[in-house]
Amino acid sequence: MGRPFGGIVIETLIVNVLLVLMAFAVLVLARTRNLFAVVVLSGIYSFLMATILVALDAVDVAMTEAAVGAGVSTVLLLGALHLCKSEEARPAHRPWLPLLLSLATAGLLIYGAMGLPDFADPNAPIHQHVAPRYLQNEVDVPNVVTAVLASFRGFDTLGETVVVFTAGAGIIALLRRRKHKEKGREGIAMRDDLVLLVVGKLLIPFILLFALYVQFHGDFGPGGGFQAGTIFAAGIVFYAIIFGLDKARRVVPDRLVETLLAAGVLLFIGVGVAGLLLGGNFLDYFVLDKDPIHGQHRGIFWVEAGVGITVSGVMLKIFYMFASRGQREGNEE
Amino acid sequence: MSGGVVEHFTYIVTVFLMVAGLYIVMARGNLIKKLVGLSVFQTSVYLLYVAPGKLIGGTAPILAPQYTVYSNPLPHVLILTAIVVGVATLALGLALTVRIKETYGTIEEDEITAADNAVQDAEDAHS
Amino acid sequence: MSVIIDILSGLCLLAGAIFSLIGAWGLLRMPDFYTRVHAASVLETLGAGFILLGLMLQAGLTLVTVKLLIIGILIYFASPTASHALARAAMVRGIKPLLAKPEE
Repeated sequence: MGRPFGGIVIETLIVNVLLVLMAFAVLVLARTRNLFAVVVLSGIYSFLMATILVALDAVDVAMTEAAVGAGVSTVLLLGALHLCKSEEARPAHRPWLPLLLSLATAGLLIYGAMGLPDFADPNAPIHQHVAPRYLQNEVDVPNVVTAVLASFRGFDTLGETVVVFTAGAGIIALLRRRKHKEKGREGIAMRDDLVLLVVGKLLIPFILLFALYVQFHGDFGPGGGFQAGTIFAAGIVFYAIIFGLDKARRVVPDRLVETLLAAGVLLFIGVGVAGLLLGGNFLDYFVLDKDPIHGQHRGIFWVEAGVGITVSGVMLKIFYMFASRGQREGNEE
Repeated sequence: MSGGVVEHFTYIVTVFLMVAGLYIVMARGNLIKKLVGLSVFQTSVYLLYVAPGKLIGGTAPILAPQYTVYSNPLPHVLILTAIVVGVATLALGLALTVRIKETYGTIEEDEITAADNAVQDAEDAHS
Repeated sequence: MSVIIDILSGLCLLAGAIFSLIGAWGLLRMPDFYTRVHAASVLETLGAGFILLGLMLQAGLTLVTVKLLIIGILIYFASPTASHALARAAMVRGIKPLLAKPEE
């Protein structure tokens, strides 16, 4: 199947049609007042964005957007909506000033955007400098995005992991309650439903296995730490929804999740310090083994593992915090 | 300006999405809707970065012997970071919203400001 | 031979698209919640299956076909289960189906 099909017309057409669909979704989202519909529409918007990213050949980004943007964001918004239980009120005054400001900003930005290179122009400046060097495959990892993320731009990824950790810590600080060990109702459990039980027991092992696959094959195909962490957390969230939050907290206890949260960042920093101790710079992978290329592989492996551990811990902890907050509120009513 | 509207259609729709998100943040008073508008704004910026990297006839930047043209991998890395940071800020914003709801009883911005002003007026009247 | 496979896969893709469109139309036109869930779920799963079949015919006997087959199995497991969970949650919350009036 080596023949190229499509060409510029159909590829551009696909991207443009999807963009128009997204514009419609956002228009309806701005006008809707029912917050549940707003959350569902934002999920639709994120899925359309993931599809466009595949059409633009950004497969790693599409996977992350589908898992994190469409999956986790929708779950978090639904959790918050369940706790807040409101509908948007009618606006008190006509929003002329924001509309005017928005239109003025749009006009200025479109005027600026017309100066950008044409869509898919191979002579655009961004293809001339750094990208050809990244595509030279210095570190012998086929997935260039993983190589750039973990090796060439490792410091950025370290900062990002710390940001995820800080968000988890902040949410723990905001939503932690002093009372412990309440024996209340089981909360949202669909345990009496046979279909969900059977399908859940079938699917959850494969979801967790797929998370591990995505983690370790990030070097050779789309994947990596962020997607794998999110998929792992999604498997446990699925378990919690079907079998009950208390049972999930027994299988994956709070202590373990909080340890995972911190351990990933420590692992990442540990790899950097190992580079220092072995004679190179911080986060220098060339010194991690006698063969520098093998050292790069090792460094990328451990760094991605650290990222995956922290992301799975944070996503799971956020779900636990939101779900248990609603559970205890229900008990106090 | 090398091309016309057709070649820049992607950027125009991206700007529309960005400004729509901005409008939702500015004009709507409900806190959850503001957060959704913020995430719409962030997602449109991802498009702005990834779209110029695409090459017609290219493929995803995973090196394989049968392909020679690859789309630019650098925007993909930046946007991967941006997506994860976006969801982290959304989670923190939602946790704050939940606490605001528990304290004030509402998540409408006007009512929250009115409650704050009432407390401030009561304090000023006391002292 | 390859022309026949192309035409067949094109027909499968077209059938999948038509089924999905009919499902979306049913989502808009059906009178109450449960009929809408039924229309959307059945037709969307069928449409996705046809589209995957068309793609499998295009890919031939390679690893891509196996991956598409696994995706098809996953969709056939997950999509009806999700609709079942949705309808059950609605039933538990008390949404009553719209029944015909009994004949007097």
